Amino acid sequence: MVVSIQDLSFHYSKNRTAVLDIPQWSLQSREQVFLHGPSGTGKSTLLNLLAGILLPSAGTIDILGKRINTLNGRQRDSWRARHIGVVFQQFNLIYYLSALDNIRLAALFGGTVNATSRASELLQALGIDTALHQQPAGQLSIGQQQRVAIARALINQPELLIVDEPTSALDARNRDVFMALLLDQVRLHQTALVFVSHDLALANTFSRVEAIADINRAGGIH
Amino acid sequence: MFLRLAVSSLWRRKGSVLLTFFAITVSVFVLLGVEQIRVQAKNSFSNTVSGTDLIVGARTGDINLLLYSVFRLGNATANISWQSYQHIATDPNVAWTIPISLGDSHKGYRVMGTNTAYFSHFRFGQEQSLELAEGAPFSKVFDVVLGSEVARALGYQLGDQLTLAHGIGSTSFSNHDDNPFRVTGILKPTGTPVDNTLHVSLKGIEAIHVGWQNGVKLASRSNTPAADIQQEFTPQNITAFMVGLNSKLATFRLQRQINTYQGEPLQAILPGATLAEFWQVIAAMENTLRLISILVLVASLLGLAAMLLASIRERQQEIAVMRTIGASPWFLLALIEVEAILITLGASVLAIVLLFLSTTLSAAILAERFNLFIDSMIITTQFLIYLMVVAGGTLVVALIPGVSAYRSALHQDLTR
Repeated sequence: MVVSIQDLSFHYSKNRTAVLDIPQWSLQSREQVFLHGPSGTGKSTLLNLLAGILLPSAGTIDILGKRINTLNGRQRDSWRARHIGVVFQQFNLIYYLSALDNIRLAALFGGTVNATSRASELLQALGIDTALHQQPAGQLSIGQQQRVAIARALINQPELLIVDEPTSALDARNRDVFMALLLDQVRLHQTALVFVSHDLALANTFSRVEAIADINRAGGIH
Repeated sequence: MFLRLAVSSLWRRKGSVLLTFFAITVSVFVLLGVEQIRVQAKNSFSNTVSGTDLIVGARTGDINLLLYSVFRLGNATANISWQSYQHIATDPNVAWTIPISLGDSHKGYRVMGTNTAYFSHFRFGQEQSLELAEGAPFSKVFDVVLGSEVARALGYQLGDQLTLAHGIGSTSFSNHDDNPFRVTGILKPTGTPVDNTLHVSLKGIEAIHVGWQNGVKLASRSNTPAADIQQEFTPQNITAFMVGLNSKLATFRLQRQINTYQGEPLQAILPGATLAEFWQVIAAMENTLRLISILVLVASLLGLAAMLLASIRERQQEIAVMRTIGASPWFLLALIEVEAILITLGASVLAIVLLFLSTTLSAAILAERFNLFIDSMIITTQFLIYLMVVAGGTLVVALIPGVSAYRSALHQDLTR
């Protein structure tokens, strides 16, 4: 099992009501789940908890059998670098670094060796020409940036990939290309995927589709 | 990768980074420059005279006597009579003396009247004696031996003729035009005021002043060089003289004798002790300069901290991305520290290069105008300590933006 959540509760401060209240939720190895729901229902908070950026106020989250809240800050950062890949909707890359260096930086944190050749392979597989590898990320198109972000998320061969609204800034054609490339790579690398979006048109490519409201009893930020 | 990230990050903000970089360059340049001048001046002054036990002149301040007799800076308040000089020179404790007669010049370079003892007994640096690059010491009344810089700057060669001017200004209206001197020797460079001096015999000084009164040529003066050469000139006065003793043990006794000499008010100083006194006098100025340069450095380092702190606000997305891919808050703190050190390191290297160039280029001007002879650059322990202080100061002030980045990273999440 990649993710196992038990009696999870989270609130941003003690005096505020809980944003998340999830009695039980899990994700199996190689499973790809599509989570949807309107803004403010706790989707991004859940992703932060899965990535170990936030810690549960109560309950437990186990990632790959490791209880995430038993790790200290440094261990969580290292754990995240090695086992979890993340793709955002925008501002994914450090735009003054080249496409290749963005990926190599993630490899540095994840302790991946031969990062340059592996990063080049990933970029090629995602349709980024060699000529663009050394180009500053800020000079790439949004679609190219999102593909570089996938490569960066996969460089350390993570068991879990978290993707948050990645297609919101893309037009329909680029969205379809992005989704096809993402799912190809996820299947190729046998990575479990948590994909968050409010665009239900994307849901049909996933084996499991869930509304955040169905798993979160708190109903998000009020 | 870490270094590349820091360099790329700085390059992205090159406008503000370059301004900060140049501010630190200037402050490090000032800090190291003050230290360099201090060390160079000390070395230059300390090397100017050695092996001389006493310097004797008319009663004046110790430092003034040292400055005008050795460094050719300032003027004597009075002269010493030839009789008094002879009296002391014949003391059994005295091994040698070098008379010094000052007051004339040639195109801004000072003229020193002396005798041949100067060439055999004067020592500079580490007990080095004077050596002639060309020619021979003066032997006739109107012979002149040039310091190396005088010969170089004015393009004189052996056999050339030149005339002296009364007084020490670079422009004089009272010239000794009727008594030209012939260059018979050119000294090797010494890195001391000797290089900027024209050396003539005491007889030559006397000869050109026959028929002069109070610095003015009398209308009745009718001497010609030929007539002067025929005369036996005995100096009436000299400005000062250097003394070498047979035994160092006699130094203080003879100094006391000279200071209490009944014939006229004289004063004897120990060059080393007076030089130490001189450093004490200028220590206050030295410390003030040092304090100012440290304050300039502190101001520019705070500017560096302010620039980096301001950048943290615009780097929130960057911090979020790095946190996402596994960067710890400590990594971000270290990144800010490295960025600060890179700026300071680069600025320090540029400051050292500029210092090297400016000391090299200004060496000739300092020697010509102030008789201050400097090497291109001297790396002292203090110099290295200053560089370490700059690096240490940078690390400390960079903690301000560094901790800000750390705290920002702690509270950063994926949605920002």
